[in-house]
Amino acid sequence: MKRFLLPAVVFALLVGLLAVGLKLDPHEVPSPLIDKPAPAFSLPRLDQPGRTISAQDLRGKVWMLNVWASWCVACRQEHPVLVDFFQRGGAVPVYGLNYKDKREDALAWLQRFGNPYVASLSDTEGLVGIDFGVYGVPETFVIDKAGVIRLKHIGPVTPEVLRDTILPLVKKLDA
Amino acid sequence: MPDRLAPAARRGRLLAGRRMAWLICVAAAASSFIAPCAAAREAPPLAADPALEARVMHIAEELRCLVCQNESLAASQADLAVDLRKQIRQKLQQGQSRAQIIDFLVQRYGDFVLYRPPLKPRNWLLWAGPFVLLALALGVLVVNIRKRRRHAAALTPADHQRARLLLEEGEGRGT
Repeated sequence: MKRFLLPAVVFALLVGLLAVGLKLDPHEVPSPLIDKPAPAFSLPRLDQPGRTISAQDLRGKVWMLNVWASWCVACRQEHPVLVDFFQRGGAVPVYGLNYKDKREDALAWLQRFGNPYVASLSDTEGLVGIDFGVYGVPETFVIDKAGVIRLKHIGPVTPEVLRDTILPLVKKLDA
Repeated sequence: MPDRLAPAARRGRLLAGRRMAWLICVAAAASSFIAPCAAAREAPPLAADPALEARVMHIAEELRCLVCQNESLAASQADLAVDLRKQIRQKLQQGQSRAQIIDFLVQRYGDFVLYRPPLKPRNWLLWAGPFVLLALALGVLVVNIRKRRRHAAALTPADHQRARLLLEEGEGRGT
């Protein structure tokens, strides 16, 4: 009996390790930008290219940055969640980062699926995206009053993520 | 005789041909799934300045593409990889050093982009893990070998006597 104990323990540990490994998503790379100041940017608004919005303009309030594009399939899946959130009063202002998109396409997309954004910023070259460490769209950031990134969510925002992760954090940051 | 064999042989060849076609279909279908990553063509060098391009590639080879995670930034055709190579190129043109450029990417995407992760507390397990496992395995091996030797040595003269008797008995019956 005793001679099987050690192999059994080793086996159990290995199963545990592999089980954890299976649940990890290698595509969710932890961002080094968490708890760091959001990168400075100044980008034209999608709807009024003559006007720009900069990181500085958004100081003093908690806000959400949602990276999206009209060519992004997962964004279409995510979009109704954001629209619904906006229509229910939106506890936090959501700004869009329109990533590597054509302006006409992006505007048509918002026309068709609804616009949950206070404003969208045109990042045609994707340079601000790089500064934010974006490597797949959609991605969502929560930024606090001091302009510090507090959360990065990779992939579509689901009602669960909104309810269980984002909103509690926003509430805490707003307090 | 050959005449009678011919239809069967032809059928065999036909079947083989059909199987081949089917295999090609499957292969084509499979490759279309992984196409975005698998299309690992050589990155088109922007030949304006081959020396610069070589330096870009030299840096990009050490960095991991975040989209196709098993490809280097140099090999990947993902949009982001193209953009990041462009960034590297621009920064080299601005006279930035290799360390500065790698730092730029690590700040945005984390140590994950490095194929040679730095030796720091968070990565100790990564670096030491294989050696720890090797040492453990060697330890178990040594313990086992020693145990076996001890068992072999533990035979008393009486045991040897019995063994010899048994062997002789067996031989006697065999002949």
